[in-house]
Amino acid sequence: MVPLEHVIGLSALLFTIGVIGVATRRNLIVMLMSIELMLNAVNLAFIGFNRASPARLDGQVFVLMVITVAAAEVAVGLGIVISMFRNRASVDIEDASLLRW
Amino acid sequence: MGVPAFLFYFCAALAVISALGMVLNVRNTVASAMSLVVTMVALAAIYVLLEAHLVAVIQIIVYAGAIVVLFLFVVMLLNLRTDEFPPGRQRLLKAAAGLLGLVLLLQVGRAVAGHLPPVQELPPGYGSYRQLGIALYTDYVLLVEMASLLLLAAIVGALILAKRKID
Repeated sequence: MVPLEHVIGLSALLFTIGVIGVATRRNLIVMLMSIELMLNAVNLAFIGFNRASPARLDGQVFVLMVITVAAAEVAVGLGIVISMFRNRASVDIEDASLLRW
Repeated sequence: MGVPAFLFYFCAALAVISALGMVLNVRNTVASAMSLVVTMVALAAIYVLLEAHLVAVIQIIVYAGAIVVLFLFVVMLLNLRTDEFPPGRQRLLKAAAGLLGLVLLLQVGRAVAGHLPPVQELPPGYGSYRQLGIALYTDYVLLVEMASLLLLAAIVGALILAKRKID
């Protein structure tokens, strides 16, 4: 197996790319995709740690749960995107600033 | 370097490059979604290398199959134009965000370096459908039921949110 450090390093790198995507992009759909990328990075860390201590399968079970939550999150998030587009004719995050201080 | 190690680093590079392509591509949202597919498939290959076979299959089916198709549907439904997002308004903020990401990466590296558990030998049947199924329906049966409830709530919520008029 490849060293666990490299798996966790890849996970951290993908998570960082996701964070940068959420922080810099203004397209709401791409922000949702970046959140998916972060969830995938966490999944990779779970799988790597579970491979390192494989007595139980807790990590893989948790990955299945994270995938479930991600699917639910995307469905609701894209519903919000559609309803925002209907109301404001835009998916730019700058146009959804009603609740911003 | 053996074949599994080579495959791991190849897929890792593919995942990172396509993830960067997804985040940095400011012109075309469909291309971003396709980059996301490449990342998902590369990660599924890495899951196989880490002996998580069922999770790899589900990753392909749910992420690359369902979630990204949902993204593509919405992108094409909304018919976004490329000139929708005029660039360069907050360049300083973006540089700060990149710096923040770098700090996060360094902090994660500092936190885990030297604290990782040693890799143990694989017990027979690790990651098989049988073992994962037994774990899901004995120790984690409550979690499975809660996941089904969550999915039901998400279906109803998405329908209500996306509906044109609630009657």
